[in-house]
Amino acid sequence: MRALVWHGTEDIRCDTVPDPKIEDDRDAIIKVTACAICGSDLHLYDHFMPGMEKGDVMGHEFMGEVVETGKGVDGALKKGERIVVPFTIICGECDQCKRGYFSVCERSNRNKDIADKAFGHTTAGLFGYTHLTGGYQGGQAEYVRVPFADKTHIKVPENLSDEQVLFLGDIFPTGWQAAVQADIQPTDTVAIWGAGPVGQMTIRSALLLGAKQVVCIDSVPERLEMARAGGATTIDNSEESVVERLNELTGGKGPEKCIDAVGMEAHSPRALEHAYDRVKQAVMLESDRASVLREMIYVCRPAGILSIPGVYGGLIDKVPMGALMNKGLTIRTGQTHVNRWTDDLVKRIDDGQIDPSFVITHRAKLDQGPEMYKTFRDKKDNCIKVVLRP
Amino acid sequence: MSEAMSQRRRSGDPDRSELPSYLVSDPRRRPDPATRELAQGLGWFSIGLGVTELACAGAIARWLGMPRSAPVIQAYGVRELLQGVGILGASDPTPWVSARVAGDALDIATVLPGLEGHNPRKDNVLIALVALAGVTAIDVICARSLSEAPLAPSERVRRDYRRRSGFRRRAEAMRGAARGFKPPLDIIGPEAMRPWTLTNA
Repeated sequence: MRALVWHGTEDIRCDTVPDPKIEDDRDAIIKVTACAICGSDLHLYDHFMPGMEKGDVMGHEFMGEVVETGKGVDGALKKGERIVVPFTIICGECDQCKRGYFSVCERSNRNKDIADKAFGHTTAGLFGYTHLTGGYQGGQAEYVRVPFADKTHIKVPENLSDEQVLFLGDIFPTGWQAAVQADIQPTDTVAIWGAGPVGQMTIRSALLLGAKQVVCIDSVPERLEMARAGGATTIDNSEESVVERLNELTGGKGPEKCIDAVGMEAHSPRALEHAYDRVKQAVMLESDRASVLREMIYVCRPAGILSIPGVYGGLIDKVPMGALMNKGLTIRTGQTHVNRWTDDLVKRIDDGQIDPSFVITHRAKLDQGPEMYKTFRDKKDNCIKVVLRP
Repeated sequence: MSEAMSQRRRSGDPDRSELPSYLVSDPRRRPDPATRELAQGLGWFSIGLGVTELACAGAIARWLGMPRSAPVIQAYGVRELLQGVGILGASDPTPWVSARVAGDALDIATVLPGLEGHNPRKDNVLIALVALAGVTAIDVICARSLSEAPLAPSERVRRDYRRRSGFRRRAEAMRGAARGFKPPLDIIGPEAMRPWTLTNA
């Protein structure tokens, strides 16, 4: 089969690789009908995230048709059924899964030992996202093996198109969880850093959940344009001071809720801070750039909440712990517990409350994937979200 | 995607006069603001260093224990001045910052022989080399960021995202449409940590 394969920094190729096979009774094989490039795939493309090996198949946002099931799938899925696959692999049986904390499933990461060493305790296995999270082959391919398939799936109504439901596997529930865990109240101003795909979903979620004011911070004009379309007030951090503008929009009090939809590759608009982080990252004295976190901590209203859906992989530097502690801020973060939200979100799409396909700007064939990675990373051609068809 | 949205998307290019200004800007590279500022900083640094090298070439050469290098340092001062003016004056500073990287290599190659033989100022040469290595790292990062920056949208690119709300109705009308959603208490945090007015309402 054809698949997008990681070969090294900025080197992804469309290769022919062996077809996946059933390896466990609870496996299913999916024929992929649509897959997307996620912003967090770019951390692998740029090789900021450790743990990739040559030959790994990329992709964790995909959907398709069930073509084969193991004996243990036991009627939970049938051949021919159309499903979206959540990016977190879940067993459904461990203590964390039973509590609904699917992204920290205790059994699905087959490289638990590595994760235990890196994070203290293992988190869930993920598709196409390093050997730290299980080294599972990803979904930017013609076929995928889905482990624990009897639980790791989202069934979707036939009347909804692939593009309407594809993002249930990652960015839509990620934006939704980011907003939900911010505990949004009708009097709140919610500031969201990053107008990429997750930021766009977070804006819509915060608006639906009833925030008084949603503010989005970025510097890419077309992304800010899309953020405004979704009801956000925008701040172009290349043109204006984020702190001053947020204070202006909140009567000097700061936003009650701040959401980091950027993560480890943040670009500070302050040259000195950015140069500092880039140099430290280049000489491996820190792995992630924390400029968004610093700004959120500084500008957030005391007793406010910081929600962090943006992906971080390792160590950050110069976190203003004094401001964080003295302002009594609460941090809520984590990979998304996808299946916890998807029943509700499917209904919202089906009811016409939201159509997540608004974010798609580029459609291409799977073999154009390597080129689309570059287009997406470099924000060429106004690219915001890429969907690939095998 | 809803049929209505598909139809809108298929409806062709919007009238150019309605397009936001960024869609009709010129096709130069669009580095992020930090890279832009970093490049500017390097431009001013070049000018400062150039002036210093021109004015104090003899003193610098003696400090390095390489007194015969004074004319070379003066020539490098001229180079730094040209590069600084180029970076600050050009619409695209990328080639000028790349020239700085080449200049750094030249500087290192010039200073390196100071470590050989019986130079009594080897410690100073080492300090100079460490400083040069740091500046080179910053120059390389800046040159790379500039050359990888996306191109600003050209007139050929006419994507208009002003109608990409994802909602059937205008965004303002959707505010609070999911207000009935009951956030799970374990996700929004322990009850004890919620604002007092909410838990006691």
